[in-house]
Amino acid sequence: MNPPTNGIAIAARELRKSYGDQTVLDGVDLTVPSGTVFALLGPNGAGKTTAVKILSTLVAPDPGSGQVVVGGHDLATDPQAARAAIGVTGQFSAVDGLITGTENMLLMADLHHLPKAEGRRTAARLLERFDLTEAAGRPASTYSGGMKRRLDIAMTLVGSPRVIFLDEPTTGLDPRSRHDMWQIVRELVADGVTVFLTTQYLEEADELADRIAVLNGGRIVAEGTAEELKRLVPGGHVRLRFTDPVGYRVAADALDGAAGDEEALTLQVPADGSQRRLREVLDRLDAAGVEAHELTVHTPDLDDVFFALTGGAPQAAPTRSNAATQPEEALT
Amino acid sequence: MSAIDLAVRDSTTMLRRNLLHARRYPSLTLNLLLTPVMLLLLFVFVLGDTMSAGIHGGVPDRSVYLAYIVPGLLLMTIGSTVIGTAVSVATDMNEGIIARFRTMAIHRPSVLIGHVAGSVLQSVASVVLVGAVAVAVGFRSVGAGALDWLAAFGLVALVALAFTWIAVGMGLVSPNAEAAGNTAMPLILLPLLSSAFTPVHSMPGWFQPFAQYQPFTPAIETLRGLLLGGRIGDNGWLAVGWCLGLTLLGYAWSTSAFNRDGR
Ligand SMILES: Nc1ncnc2c1ncn2[C@@H]1O[C@H](COP(=O)(O)OP(=O)(O)OP(=O)(O)O)[C@@H](O)[C@H]1O
Ligand SMILES: [Mg+2]
Repeated sequence: MNPPTNGIAIAARELRKSYGDQTVLDGVDLTVPSGTVFALLGPNGAGKTTAVKILSTLVAPDPGSGQVVVGGHDLATDPQAARAAIGVTGQFSAVDGLITGTENMLLMADLHHLPKAEGRRTAARLLERFDLTEAAGRPASTYSGGMKRRLDIAMTLVGSPRVIFLDEPTTGLDPRSRHDMWQIVRELVADGVTVFLTTQYLEEADELADRIAVLNGGRIVAEGTAEELKRLVPGGHVRLRFTDPVGYRVAADALDGAAGDEEALTLQVPADGSQRRLREVLDRLDAAGVEAHELTVHTPDLDDVFFALTGGAPQAAPTRSNAATQPEEALT
Repeated sequence: MSAIDLAVRDSTTMLRRNLLHARRYPSLTLNLLLTPVMLLLLFVFVLGDTMSAGIHGGVPDRSVYLAYIVPGLLLMTIGSTVIGTAVSVATDMNEGIIARFRTMAIHRPSVLIGHVAGSVLQSVASVVLVGAVAVAVGFRSVGAGALDWLAAFGLVALVALAFTWIAVGMGLVSPNAEAAGNTAMPLILLPLLSSAFTPVHSMPGWFQPFAQYQPFTPAIETLRGLLLGGRIGDNGWLAVGWCLGLTLLGYAWSTSAFNRDGR
């Protein structure tokens, strides 16, 4: 029943899409092997949703585009077969707010032509899995944003799709639901499902994705594993924060090559994250007789890659103190 | 599963969805019923004497006038109900779940067929309700046999089907509910420009051709003939022709509007 896919779940050549005179996608190639997670990153308005809409048959690519094959089916000639293979959770809620959670799930079961009993079982199982059993009897319009999101994804899973598109699946979810969501993606992949996701959370791509592509200015500007992408940007640094201007100045003199911020009293010293380099920095500070109030070791993460590739400036240092979720070790 | 099985099955599912909506939020349906019922009471109890004198050779007779306007009001009820269809289709199309349907391997027009089937059922139910009010205030059919009733019922369903498809198209091309309500407004005004309340020959000459051949007049005349006895003549064929034509037109218009790229 499933056509041969040569192990490729999604293959798109030269995707192009313009709205009016605005070019959104300007020749995008995408290849996603079966059973892997592919993350598409990009700033707001980069065209991530547009790409998902094209791959999920919602909008047609512009005529200049190449072939798009999803689940082994050419979207131009057999979109209906491709639809049978995919499940889509768009960026914006796709639940029916006027009916209850259970009714939404049974609607999906009916549209997938599941036998009545099996449909009811599937609905109950997924509602349970997404922690919606209690709310299942209420109209979906009364759900919180996170609950709607979970119902949305539960509905996508009803037909056991082989290829799943998730457009910003965890936006608006609390940290716990986000981790639950990640767990579900991992379980899906373990079952051989292919997941194509877009996200604003680089950490999420880092956690989940086998391959990551960065979309900017209508083109893929970088693609690879998280490790490969991190190698694209210059190495890490040690950040030192001082409480008094005198200490700051003494340290700045002692550490040549350090970039300083006089106002914030912080210094950034290039460092590759090795113990040796760290000791060297500490020794110099000791020799100069100053003590930093706070020291953080910063290894390049996807944020750096993202900012470097999409041309945006990194956020000011203090707003990035969510150390627990960043690959940084606070050494206060 | 054959294409026809798929179409029937998915359309039934979509119908169930629309009935759930209608059952949970009945206020829209009830509001739309109000217009024909108010018109019925207004024309009979307030204007009835004057109006009936006009068409009854100067002798006021409310019951005659009641009999005259009921067929028109019944079909006007359909015009009123389908405005609700246009509004709910426009509202529905802005719902995210429609995008989800578009990515699923379902019979595409079933989304629309579900709306149409739900709306036709609603129209027929509304017509029955308005008919019951008419009977309550004194309307009686004259010499209508079982076959006439059956034909009348079929005619009501056919008119409902035709105007529902047109209303669905109007809902699809409207950006929001309000615009859809405005676009569909002529569907309740059209019966006012027909033989619903006054015979066509009493209208100004230049206007008569329009009133005579617009879709509501033949349908009303046919219903009048079935319920009250009297000549149907060409009106029967004209009515059926109009309905089939509008149904095909509405279907083609609606499906092509729906199949355009997602918004
Ligand atoms: N239907 C449309 N008509 C006109 N312009 C559109 C349409 N859909 C998208 N665009 C434009 O295409 C560009 C890309 O939009 P898209 O939604 O794909 O971005 P995105 O990467 O998903 O952004 P975000 O991160 O904010 O979700 C935007 O500038 C948007 O205004
Ligand atoms: Mg988007």
